[in-house]
Amino acid sequence: MNLRLDLLGERVSMKHGAGGRAMRQLIGEVFTDGFPKAPAGAVGLDAMDDGAALPLGDGRFLVVTTDSHVVLPAFFPGGDIGRLAVSGTVNDLAMMGATEPLGLTCAVVVEEGYPRADLDRIHASMVAACVEAGTTVVTGDTKVMGKGQLDGVALNTTGVAIATRVVRDCGLRAGDRLIVTGTIGDHGCAVMAARHKLDLAGDLRSDVAPINGLIRAALAAGGDGLVTLKDPTRGGLSSALHEMAHKSGVGVLLDETAVPVNAAVRAASELLGIDPLVIANEGKALIGVRPAAAEAVLAALRAHPQGRDAAIVGTCTAERRGQVVLDTGFGRRLLVEIEGEPLPRIC
Amino acid sequence: MCLGVPGRVVSVEGLVATVDFWGVRRAVRLELVDEPVQAGDYVLNHVGFAIRRIPEEDIQGTLDLYESLLRGDGDLMAADVRAELEANPEQSPDA
Amino acid sequence: MPEGADSRQLKFRDPARARDLGRALTAAAEAMGRTVSLMHVCGSHEQAIARYGLRASFPRSLDVIMGPGCPVCITDTPEVDEGVALARQGVTIATYGDMVKVPGTVLSLGDAQAEGAKVEVVYSVTQAVELARATREPVVFFATGFETTAVATAAALLGGVPDNFSVLSAHKYIPPVMEIVAEMPGSKVEGFLAAGHAATITGWGVFEAFVERHKLPVVVAGFEPLDILAALVKLVELVRDRKPEVVNMFPRCVTREGNRNAQEQLFKVFRPAGGRWRGIAHVPNGNLRLRDEWAHVDARRRFDIDLRPLWKFAPPALVQDCICGDIMAGIANPKQCKLFGKECVPDTPVGACMVSSEGTCKIWHLYGGVPDLSSSDAPQGEVRP
Repeated sequence: MNLRLDLLGERVSMKHGAGGRAMRQLIGEVFTDGFPKAPAGAVGLDAMDDGAALPLGDGRFLVVTTDSHVVLPAFFPGGDIGRLAVSGTVNDLAMMGATEPLGLTCAVVVEEGYPRADLDRIHASMVAACVEAGTTVVTGDTKVMGKGQLDGVALNTTGVAIATRVVRDCGLRAGDRLIVTGTIGDHGCAVMAARHKLDLAGDLRSDVAPINGLIRAALAAGGDGLVTLKDPTRGGLSSALHEMAHKSGVGVLLDETAVPVNAAVRAASELLGIDPLVIANEGKALIGVRPAAAEAVLAALRAHPQGRDAAIVGTCTAERRGQVVLDTGFGRRLLVEIEGEPLPRIC
Repeated sequence: MCLGVPGRVVSVEGLVATVDFWGVRRAVRLELVDEPVQAGDYVLNHVGFAIRRIPEEDIQGTLDLYESLLRGDGDLMAADVRAELEANPEQSPDA
Repeated sequence: MPEGADSRQLKFRDPARARDLGRALTAAAEAMGRTVSLMHVCGSHEQAIARYGLRASFPRSLDVIMGPGCPVCITDTPEVDEGVALARQGVTIATYGDMVKVPGTVLSLGDAQAEGAKVEVVYSVTQAVELARATREPVVFFATGFETTAVATAAALLGGVPDNFSVLSAHKYIPPVMEIVAEMPGSKVEGFLAAGHAATITGWGVFEAFVERHKLPVVVAGFEPLDILAALVKLVELVRDRKPEVVNMFPRCVTREGNRNAQEQLFKVFRPAGGRWRGIAHVPNGNLRLRDEWAHVDARRRFDIDLRPLWKFAPPALVQDCICGDIMAGIANPKQCKLFGKECVPDTPVGACMVSSEGTCKIWHLYGGVPDLSSSDAPQGEVRP
């Protein structure tokens, strides 16, 4: 094997893609700098939100988002990379308040020798996810790379939608309530069990799904009282909460006993020594609401099949800005963000 | 240092037990456990090996031990009372 | 929820009982009228204390110090280097997830993986053996963990492994390090909380000689919130009464003689040997190495592990400036270390306290000090509107 030995500070490592502090630092230091400014009134790159919002001049916004998907394994209980690619982009649009995607693009990069049957499966599940989301793929691109230059398949999807009101991931103030739309940790747990061949038998299924319909219902119920939206993907609920707290300049008090967790995910995370709060989700949202709107939004979520387990899990505070305090039921501690991928532990 | 999780044995086949962890089931090896294990037993799992059969009476035994701490069967209640007296000496009955 | 083991397990997590025990702990500690320093020697105790937020309920006069209890963090850099060197030589390394991010002299196993080396994360040694069965390529199990984990490695070897499977043992043995910590000059530790799962293997009898020698009490503790609180109450009582005894507060798993079957297998395969624990000291008999009878599966004897390409790049020997040992003994805090926050940060840790997710230095670095939530964030229990 011919491996180079480089000192690491100047190299990208896996933690830079894991959704936490390191990733935000890399993006901040490398990618957001130097581009000409986005048009006035736009939500641009510097906002580091789930997507961009470009003003159309008539009070409405064109919302754009893009996402690349690599997942090992490409097929996992509850979904596959195709369903993930469609859901991820539809959900990123929804997290900007744009719940009716006009269309998606899809770019596929495939490794030489990749089984055609697997591509067919991925395609079929993209079609199904588009139907669920009420959208379609309108243009695409395909590239093949040599054997070993890519591990299997990578997908990129871009989505566009029109929004009359753009919802951000900032804007919270003390007293606001935080709602999660359902059980957390399902996706990451299912993928981890499959990736590391943990042989866990039980209901470990990814929650990967387009949830634009669910968010539409929440927006209708909450109106202006629904302040922030964020999907707790990589880094889990913990990263999403930290980002919201940081961007809004509030503290967050999270009631751990109120956070919905599947019995199978709870059991698996105990076995593997991983906190469900740092495990990725692909079909959930973290919603910030003004106190007066909390019950209406919660009721609307619970009335939707994807939001049956929705719960109010936290409150924004004026103290400890940018930090998340976890009330465990036994005591309180600061919640930390994970650095890198969660891995099964022995201690 | 060592993540150990209790589970309940569902079935045993040779030196491998299927153990229910209240949500997921996993194969757990029995080479290390020091007593015979059968379906219905509780075991302590560490890295896929049972390192202890947990007798049901010992679960209750542990709980009883904690209750006794609270009841002051040991010396704790005395300490509690001493602490209060030391903290508030002026509130002694004579004052 | 139906009555049964589930609810019984949950009883060890009953917040109301935890509050009662917390009050009992406060009463017992305050009755001492001075600060009492206790040490746990188990990373899982720190994990549980942190995870449940128990530290916030400890009285101020009680100092619960995190000892050298994480077998992964105290794996010394040359040991990590051996794994990294083997991985870079083209050997598949299977290891526990904890090990991946632990830095060697220049690279961690995770870094080697990013360079293209084959590093597989396993949950159990059994998976590593299966991995070897599925290939002809050499597979080395980088074995870390205390005796609790070493017994599993021993059982796997005794059960038979394919020819292409070998073990690189970085297993550690806890009892000897307690001696080191107890003898650290200036140590304020008055009692030890012993690791319940390790004691499940060794039995609590192993601590009797320690107590006899050092006249310090040892309480064996489990890992649920009630287990830890009850054990601390007991330990404070023993300190107060000047009773240097071993008390087993984890009787559902720990007996005096321990798991004889597991001990037998452990010492059939491993022998204790002296070695450095990262950031602490040379610990006599603190390492578990494969016996000569197992030379044929010992990666150190089967492979020519060449560390020179790694050491050529070795940064200055920062480790010598690391004061993790003093921090773990409770006689120094991270700010007194000249590496803290400079050469030693979570991304590039030097000492054990910066490696562990619950390490003192890591926590201080993340929060600029100990996250004290007991005063500023009271009251407990209720989420404020």
